[in-house]
Amino acid sequence: MTYETVATFSQVTSLLLFITMFAGVVVYALWPNNRGRFEQAQRTALDLDVRSQKQEGR
Amino acid sequence: MAAKQTEWSAFSDVIAAAAAVVLLVIGLAIAGLTKEPVMAFHGLLFAAGAVLAGIGILWTFGHHNDQPLVGADTTSDGTHYQDGPIKVATLAALFWGLAGFLVGDILAWQLAIPALNFDLPWISFGRLRPLHTSAVIFAFGGNVLLATSFYVVQRTCHARLAGRWSPWFVVWGYQLFIAIAGTGYLLGVTQGKEYAEPEWYADLWLTIVWVVYLLVFLGTLIRRKEPHIYVANWFYLAFIVTVAMLHLVNNATIPVSLVGSKSYIVYAGVQDAMTQWWYGHNAVGFFLTAGFLGIMYYFIPKRVERPVYSYRLSIVHFWTLIFLYIWAGPHHLHYTALPEWAQTLGMAFSIMLWMPSWGGMINGLMTLAGAWDKLRTDPVVRLLVVSVAFYGMSTFEGPLMSIKAVNSLSHYTDWTIGHVHSGALGWVAMVSFGAIYCLVPWLWNRKGLYSLKLVEWHFWISTIGILLYITAMWVSGITQGLMWRAYDKLGFLQYSFIETVEAMKPYYVIRAIGGLLFVAGSLIMIYNVWRTIRGDAMQDAEDQPRVAAAPALRLQPVIQVK
Repeated sequence: MTYETVATFSQVTSLLLFITMFAGVVVYALWPNNRGRFEQAQRTALDLDVRSQKQEGR
Repeated sequence: MAAKQTEWSAFSDVIAAAAAVVLLVIGLAIAGLTKEPVMAFHGLLFAAGAVLAGIGILWTFGHHNDQPLVGADTTSDGTHYQDGPIKVATLAALFWGLAGFLVGDILAWQLAIPALNFDLPWISFGRLRPLHTSAVIFAFGGNVLLATSFYVVQRTCHARLAGRWSPWFVVWGYQLFIAIAGTGYLLGVTQGKEYAEPEWYADLWLTIVWVVYLLVFLGTLIRRKEPHIYVANWFYLAFIVTVAMLHLVNNATIPVSLVGSKSYIVYAGVQDAMTQWWYGHNAVGFFLTAGFLGIMYYFIPKRVERPVYSYRLSIVHFWTLIFLYIWAGPHHLHYTALPEWAQTLGMAFSIMLWMPSWGGMINGLMTLAGAWDKLRTDPVVRLLVVSVAFYGMSTFEGPLMSIKAVNSLSHYTDWTIGHVHSGALGWVAMVSFGAIYCLVPWLWNRKGLYSLKLVEWHFWISTIGILLYITAMWVSGITQGLMWRAYDKLGFLQYSFIETVEAMKPYYVIRAIGGLLFVAGSLIMIYNVWRTIRGDAMQDAEDQPRVAAAPALRLQPVIQVK
């Protein structure tokens, strides 16, 4: 096995690995079912007016 | 239930007291057995820390309520948040911040006027420089990260910090580490690795503190009452985990003796250099970037009372940032013995970092969409937002400088120093100031800051200081780089080294003045914080937004969310 073979193999493998991981992240972020969780996290985790809403029974 | 709670508290008090005794014995043993005065001093520091910890534990022992340990703020179901350690870390950040900025400015004056080191070894450039870098990065930045991460993880999880004594141990243990590392530099104890100067025993102590920090953070995440872990916590967690890994790998040293300060690193030659800059660049990427992005993702939305612009973008931002940063280190070793392919790899990943950096910046800035007027009316928002703008600027400059052709001009010049400070002063310090101005009234249960006007002054004085600093370093660095590579028509170097040094002098004076302004700004902040904590009457209550007040004292929002 030459240096070139090893280098090519590792470069192609890591390229595919990184593209797969990136695709996975984008799919997770855009997955329609996750929309509700993210929107809730955006507001309730930050307590954006959560107290006043509770007090007014909303 | 209550009895069980009391039992647990008593048990953890006993464990904490036992740990303090063990530390006392180790400290005294080091002090007694070593032949080095510096290490004996450090042994005594450990022992003194243990005694103080023991007094603190005994003071709360016997009365089993947690009142001395917690703050006034509660979760929605009435559990008290544990804010005591956060207060300590916030005050420590102010103290170390002032010390670090001041030492930096002394160094800047020493560079302009070398006689200012008075020929004293303890304040020579070589010893003060690591004191400055460690004080601002690890002592100031580290305490800001401890304070904000403990605050944010509790509030976004709606859960109390895990552990009774562990958060206290993390905060005070970290201060002990800083004291040991800092006094070591002045007294000549260093392992000579940039940003990793502390010797083996300080490294071991930091490892223990950091593992407890990770456990407290994870334990709090596990207790969370929210289904989803908010994105700021992802950044904090990446920071904690990665710094642990970097610290362990880059400090793999073998001490010459267990009672001596000197140690040797296990790597040799270019492997050592590569490990060091893998560490060094990720200290920037995970300590100074990921951790502070956690601040951005909590404090900007909270202060402007709007959710982050795009939560989906924040997820992509997080994963791309952490996967790319870890590979960028080799750009510190262009044109060295490091293999060509590794240099190119470092450069390529640095350039790719433009994407997540700017994605994150846009996400932070656009959170203000529809509320841009707050930039004009609230200087705390302005600090937070201008910091993000500086983040965008320095993360544009960084990849540019990692390009080998640019690096051949910029490397080893003041351009690098300017770049680092546009990131450190403009991004890290400004976002920290914004967070501190938010945190202080929240933690000490005040209706707002003592004076918003003084925040305005702080903002402008430090912004002008930063601009003087970085513009001076751009001119100085590029001049230096061009002079070093200038040849005359016979092929000889056109300038001797001392001529390039002479050319730097005016810029060094400008830089030192910029630094002085930055120090002055931080003094204004300390005064303002001190008056706020004392509970003095607010000078401009009507100008402050309702979120300036502690959660329990806030007025109801004028506009209800749908």
